Amino acid sequence: MNILFGALIIIAVVFGLVTQNGAGLTQGVITGAEDSINLLLTMAGMLMLWSGIMEIAARGGVTKMIGKALAPILQRLFKNVNKNSKALEYISMNVSANLLGLGNAATPFGLSAMNQLHRLGGESDRATDDMVMFVVMNTASIQIFPTMIGSLRQAYSSTAPFEILPCVWISSATALAVGLIIAKSFCNIKQRSD
Amino acid sequence: MDYFVPIFIASVVVVGLIRKVPLFDAFVEGAKKGFQILLNIAPTIVGLIVAVDMLKASGAIDMLCDFISPLADTLGFPKEIVPMVLLRPVSGGGSTALLTNIYKDCGPDSFAGQVASVLAGSTETTFYATAVYYGSVKVKKIRHTLVAALSADFTAAVMAVLTVRLILGSG
Repeated sequence: MNILFGALIIIAVVFGLVTQNGAGLTQGVITGAEDSINLLLTMAGMLMLWSGIMEIAARGGVTKMIGKALAPILQRLFKNVNKNSKALEYISMNVSANLLGLGNAATPFGLSAMNQLHRLGGESDRATDDMVMFVVMNTASIQIFPTMIGSLRQAYSSTAPFEILPCVWISSATALAVGLIIAKSFCNIKQRSD
Repeated sequence: MDYFVPIFIASVVVVGLIRKVPLFDAFVEGAKKGFQILLNIAPTIVGLIVAVDMLKASGAIDMLCDFISPLADTLGFPKEIVPMVLLRPVSGGGSTALLTNIYKDCGPDSFAGQVASVLAGSTETTFYATAVYYGSVKVKKIRHTLVAALSADFTAAVMAVLTVRLILGSG
């Protein structure tokens, strides 16, 4: 992150010097700072509203309900995880919280799940098939309701901030499927060579 | 689609009522968390939007777009979102800054704006998530994780263009 920030600014200034656009650069600094706070303020309402709604859902046990429904499916993906294990419970809760967009809740469950998988794998420094599967799942976005994107679109006066939802669902489901299939097929290749 | 949002909110409220959740208390507490998120991301967003705006003003982003546009055109990919596709797996804040730039230049309801929205909604900060999860258990040999995760990101980019074309009918 530190390198990225430095690189962006240095590239910008060097480029600006080459193209002799000092005025534009200065303008960029000023409007950038101004715009970013305007943006945050404009999206604040939407973001708070959705966080509030999602809190009601979480307290109503929706996270647990989805987690239970998902457990049988998840069990097929993770071959070394037992049906009643802590690992499967944490994985289900992590996926369920991710679906609801409760990122702050999803991460602790995810870290606990990882810890359990690590134990199952004999605590080596080499990732097990299940760990790879789990991390790939978490590098894909499975949020049903992308509130941040909706709020951002709203902030830039979109006429229909949520019209992209079906596209997001199809696109993220396909991406997740591809990630999982590749993860799974690598495990199979390894098994055959054993 | 018009009814999705109100019905979604109503169903959450109904579930809350059935489960005897103190509705408004829960809402207020959640909204507070939302505000906390906003406070947490504010410094990152200010820093990165300034950096991206400078980069934009310097002409570097446009040059990258022009450089890549023949390839992007052949693939039917809006060239404006190429920088975002590249930054997305590395930096969540950076790609958000680029996303707002696209909204500002093209509008959120333009083809590029829609594709960028779908892309942002269907991908995660791959490298960050990988580092956090493996780092927590000190696993160093991550095998095929990145191959699978980045293939998923690439799929999301292709699917974002396809779904916006087919479902929203723009482009």
